[in-house]
Amino acid sequence: MMNRIDATFQALHAAGRTALIPFMTAGDPSIESTLPTMHALASAGADVIELGVPFSDPMADGPVIQRSSERALARGMSLRGVLAIVAEFRQTNTRTPVVLMGYANPIEAIGQRAFVDAAAQAGIDGVLVVDYPPEEAHDFAAMLTARELAPIFLLAPTSTPERIAQVASLARGYVYYVSLRGVTGAGHLDVADVGDKVAAIKSALSIPVGVGFGIRDAVTAQRIARVADAIVIGSALVQTMLDAPADAVPGTAGAWLHEIRIALDEAQINRGE
Amino acid sequence: MPPYDLPDARGHFGPYGGTFVAETLIAALEDLKAHYARYRDDAEFQAEFARELKHFVGRPSPIYHARRWSEKLGGAQIYFKREDLNHTGAHKINNCIGQALLARRLRKPRVIAETGAGQHGVATATVAARYGLDCVVYMGSEDVARQAQNVYRMKLLGAQVVPVDSGSRTLKDALNEALRDWVTNVEDTFYIIGTVAGPHPYPMLVRDFQSVIGTECLTQMPELVGRQPDAVIACVGGGSNAMGIFHPYIDHVATRLIGVEAAGEGIATGRHSASLTQGVPGVLHGNRTYLLQDENGQIRETHSVSAGLDYPGVGPEHAWLKDIGRAQYVSITDDEALAAFHDCCRIEGIIPALESSHAIAYATKLASTLARDQVLLVNLSGRGDKDMHTVARRAGMEWQ
Repeated sequence: MMNRIDATFQALHAAGRTALIPFMTAGDPSIESTLPTMHALASAGADVIELGVPFSDPMADGPVIQRSSERALARGMSLRGVLAIVAEFRQTNTRTPVVLMGYANPIEAIGQRAFVDAAAQAGIDGVLVVDYPPEEAHDFAAMLTARELAPIFLLAPTSTPERIAQVASLARGYVYYVSLRGVTGAGHLDVADVGDKVAAIKSALSIPVGVGFGIRDAVTAQRIARVADAIVIGSALVQTMLDAPADAVPGTAGAWLHEIRIALDEAQINRGE
Repeated sequence: MPPYDLPDARGHFGPYGGTFVAETLIAALEDLKAHYARYRDDAEFQAEFARELKHFVGRPSPIYHARRWSEKLGGAQIYFKREDLNHTGAHKINNCIGQALLARRLRKPRVIAETGAGQHGVATATVAARYGLDCVVYMGSEDVARQAQNVYRMKLLGAQVVPVDSGSRTLKDALNEALRDWVTNVEDTFYIIGTVAGPHPYPMLVRDFQSVIGTECLTQMPELVGRQPDAVIACVGGGSNAMGIFHPYIDHVATRLIGVEAAGEGIATGRHSASLTQGVPGVLHGNRTYLLQDENGQIRETHSVSAGLDYPGVGPEHAWLKDIGRAQYVSITDDEALAAFHDCCRIEGIIPALESSHAIAYATKLASTLARDQVLLVNLSGRGDKDMHTVARRAGMEWQ
């Protein structure tokens, strides 16, 4: 069976569309809202869902996702809990790829091999571990690939051609280009800069390139969609979910993402003309 | 046995250490690695480092025979390596000077640091003033409140102190925030890490700068007692003063190396900071090492009466020295450390830092079990002026 991520990107490519990848922290703003929100995002046009695994020390995240992790942990969310939610999601959705994004230590605590087995069993499609750069992730990436899971890596504005090649040899699914110097949710984007770098990455890689960090609304999404295969939106969605009434989180998240989906598709139709 | 030669080229000490950071930091670490590889063996760099240590810090620090206390205990002879006599009052300054000299050569006009009790922050602010660098120090908001005097010292020295409100609002969160600053301002900023932890090359680089402590001892001990000590004892939080005195002794296998962690209110209470003796290996702050964590891999909050030992991880080289059995790690409670603190004040006329009091406490325990011709060398890593309010409060006094 083809990995759901590859199948999704193939279909999008054929249709000339950019993938929309929302990020949400599992367990925030509540544990009960996580599963229905995943379904709402899938219905609203999410092509891949990135599910954040909360960690006590999220070094690469800005304040919005830090606080989100703290709230999720305070409610008792854990990596095992995240796997259980994804398994439940797969009961009714067998189409939308789910990528876990988080930090190394919760995985180390379970053990790399046991985690990979459990993730495959739960129906996870890709894993992005922020603090496993390629030089520390050879074995882990091989374990994932052997189970048809995609090891997903970050690339940065400062990544050299040698590092891009190193990532290319291990990465599957897509790579995640961090469009800013800084943490998640920071600053503003220079689209021309991002375009140049993404073009350079694409020439070295055979898998799609997603862009994230700093995309907060339909307008930035439209701009970045011109140069990227996928756009990732995290902090802005996490904040929208936090601000929603407790009983309306999935609906609010879905409606918010749907607007971006429409804007993205419109931009693409215009580009097609 | 071949001479000890770790870390390997990728910063590993056996399974520990490494470079566990986001891609956004890799370029800065590669740059630092390349520059340090060049300056590590550069005569001009080393000469400037030595000159600064001599004239600004006041090195070499003396070794002192705690004769009265040794006699009272009736066992081994205890010697103190007097890092408390350094400028700024602790060993921290050795490393800050080394890193500031690197920052200047990398042409970074801005330095940042994390600090717990404020000792590393004060040392960083001191060297930033000395070399005309902009300085921002991240400090957990809990620690800012507890360490008002050090916060003011840093401000006097021209540093900006940024309180950190995330997580447990202590040292580990200050370290997270400093990493976030570095990712954002990597072009013009040098991150001066205060201990032998973090991603490669920091554990090696901080160890190398702190090794001046042990290197001096290698010369001083034969002059004083005609031979090397039977054991070298140092407290371990992140582990920089311990690595500094241990490292030059690693190949002297006749000398035992003993690291003393903080048992806090007692190991059984769970309120301690004993990562090596109670933790399990994992990944935090850029390296694989022993960590205090829960069954889900979340980092646990730690406790020690001494803020400088209050850290859930430990330098990866200590993890390796423990696994290969070259160093031995033990723990001392808050109460034992405080008792040693008071004894040291009254018997030797030295007010030690609460961190160093852990090493002293273990040394006095061990000394009384050994013969009088045995020699114990304790790293007295800092002076206790900063701890007046903590000690006074424990004695039921109010302290302004």
